[in-house]
Amino acid sequence: MSDKKNSNGWSRRDIMKAAGAFTAAGAMPMFFSRGAWADKTFVNNPGNSKTVKLGFNVPQTGAYADEGADELRAYKLAVKHLNGEGDGGMMQTMKPMHLKGNGILGKKVEYVTGDTQTKSDAARASARRMIEKDGVLMFSGGSSSGVAIAQQSLAQDMGVIFMCGLTHSNDTTGKDKRRYGFRHFFNAKMSGLALGPVLKKEMGTDRRAYHLTADYTWGWTQEESIKETTEGLGWKTVKTVRTPLGAGDFSQYITPVLNSGADVLILNHYGKDMINSLTQAVQFGLRDKIVNGKQFEIIVPLYSRLMAQGAGKNIKGILGTTNWNWALKNEGSKAFVKSFGNEYGFPPSQAAHTCYVQTLLYANACEMAGTFYPPEVIKQLEGFKFDGMGNGPTEYRAADHQCFKDVLVMRGNEHPTSQFDLLEIVQVVPRSQVEYPASIFGGELGPYKV
Amino acid sequence: MDAILLQILNGLDKGGAYALIALGLTLVFGTLGVVNFAHGALFMLGAFCSVTFQKLLTISKQVKDTSITFFDAYKEMPYLEIWFGDYGKTIIDWSVPLSILFAIPVMLLIGLAMERGLIRHFYKRTHAEQILVTFGLAIVLQEIIKLSFGANPIPTPAPEIFSGTAPIGALFGLGESVVYPWWRLIYLGFAFSVIGSVFAFLNLTTFGMVVRAGMMDRETVGLLGINVERRFTIVFGLAAVVTGLAGVMYSPILPPDYHMGMDFLVLSFVVVVVGGMGSLGGAVAAGFLLGILQSFASMNEIKSIIPGIDQIIIYLVAVFIILVRPRGLFGREGVMED
Repeated sequence: MSDKKNSNGWSRRDIMKAAGAFTAAGAMPMFFSRGAWADKTFVNNPGNSKTVKLGFNVPQTGAYADEGADELRAYKLAVKHLNGEGDGGMMQTMKPMHLKGNGILGKKVEYVTGDTQTKSDAARASARRMIEKDGVLMFSGGSSSGVAIAQQSLAQDMGVIFMCGLTHSNDTTGKDKRRYGFRHFFNAKMSGLALGPVLKKEMGTDRRAYHLTADYTWGWTQEESIKETTEGLGWKTVKTVRTPLGAGDFSQYITPVLNSGADVLILNHYGKDMINSLTQAVQFGLRDKIVNGKQFEIIVPLYSRLMAQGAGKNIKGILGTTNWNWALKNEGSKAFVKSFGNEYGFPPSQAAHTCYVQTLLYANACEMAGTFYPPEVIKQLEGFKFDGMGNGPTEYRAADHQCFKDVLVMRGNEHPTSQFDLLEIVQVVPRSQVEYPASIFGGELGPYKV
Repeated sequence: MDAILLQILNGLDKGGAYALIALGLTLVFGTLGVVNFAHGALFMLGAFCSVTFQKLLTISKQVKDTSITFFDAYKEMPYLEIWFGDYGKTIIDWSVPLSILFAIPVMLLIGLAMERGLIRHFYKRTHAEQILVTFGLAIVLQEIIKLSFGANPIPTPAPEIFSGTAPIGALFGLGESVVYPWWRLIYLGFAFSVIGSVFAFLNLTTFGMVVRAGMMDRETVGLLGINVERRFTIVFGLAAVVTGLAGVMYSPILPPDYHMGMDFLVLSFVVVVVGGMGSLGGAVAAGFLLGILQSFASMNEIKSIIPGIDQIIIYLVAVFIILVRPRGLFGREGVMED
């Protein structure tokens, strides 16, 4: 085949070669800087800006406002530490650590806040405003599973990562899991697995349980998980009763328990509902009753210190689980409690802890990815193993974006030594005991690129 | 039988709260003709009188908390305990019953201020406008409380001596295992005594007679040279006190939070509608009736036949009453019937 040249001396083959060489040379820097070319195509790319913005969407009004306030304190502290201010908190103990105290990827961290009102629609509207108007790269917050699920669905639709705050429903990282949603907090399944051996040891295998359950996604999944655990121990489930959210007076649901033949009451309630139902159950003398020849017991599978404050002395001796507690003595917890305590004058709640950790984890993943491009950041978080954040060796399971770590079984302190010392640690249940296959809850994470 | 007794008692103490709130609501509607949506907020303010009084009694000295070593933390030692030892502890323990003495003048002042400062300007406006302004007021009041006390419920326990349960089963020959909380029984007794006092006040005093006459025919009473308006203002204050006291005594049952008034407001309106707008006896009777109905509807045996009936029973009753007897069970002919 002849290689015909035109009047300029260029053949068709020369032009093809030159074009190929030019394309290869032009693309070469992009192969060496990961994600660089995707950087131009994602939502709220900070580009050459010297700052990046994060969104903290917490309940500032409504039933969980106190919890939201504590979460916000933790986020502010995390931003402070990311920007190299303060004592650094858990940035001194986190391993592996890629954060340098100069913001994220050298850009100073700023933040905006929103109010979820503990309502899914309000939370989504607030998150959308943060993404579209404020230009946040990541948003985070709690304290309700329904709200978390609604927000992580929005995150997937809009291609912006959502780091869940306090959410305990199995659905968050189960049937409703999303590629753009990550949960550090433990879940109802893990509460059940952690509580099982302690319940067996303290209450035996011949018990009759009565459940009062908040009638929404979290309550249903917790009831299911705890029932599975207790029935596995040999306990019988006498009755499961759904109670409306915010019922206030639970006496009408408690009086049937008195004559049901049950010797254990399991309160699948959280927040104000838990405070009211537990207070009223104790007032009805349930804890003083002997049924079936056994001391009547009450269990609150999900505890929080802020709730314990609301329930007052009624919490004494009641078993439950938490994700974290400020009294833990590991280096990460001590660093965080010291930092938070010096900043605000009281120890952090578990809600504050999980929000602080989530912010640092996101920032660290960006540093590891070398970009803010969400699919690359997601890949860094998936399967990420870390330590020094207060819960022992932890892993973000890639299959469902659920963190696996030790779980605490707690008891309401009979003899508190301070106003914060409301819960005592009964057992730190090792991670291996609370692990379960990701496939049991179904669901699909969805695509990386949206 | 045990279960029936417990549900009756449960319905009665719940009904006691409904009746007290509805009584106040009816007093205001009957005298001033105002549909007061801020009435639930008065219940909440009453409960927070109990919280405030408890906080006053537990004003504390800050002492370094040596049990916390990670940062400088302080614990609180109430001055009453420092100064009076066990006597101080007992006074703090009895803070809820004692807060009645605090709540009466406070609620009276709040009631008078509310009526003179805002509500009287809306006497001649439509019910819709009254509802809007009083509902707005309720939201403002609850936001003030949230700002001052936070959003979480605040425990206000009953005195230790009443924290247990009464063996009521023994009284009915059902054995000692049938028990009921002492404080709820006290609440029930308290509700009856307040209701009795209000009726006695309205029926046995000259002031009450004028008020009742004013409720029947305001114009004629005014023509007799009696300043009805001033008396009605006092009645508004009285309604605030009655509702506030209901809140004070309810605080050990339901740890107060800023939203508790709204939870009771809707129920109280249903009670007033069922009892008959403007009928004091109707409000009391309907309060107890709906409390008992709601309690029985929560029994598992009933719910297994009609799931969710506990959530809708009182609204079903209200719909039925409005359809067949629009003026309510004890309402006067012609009131709310057009």
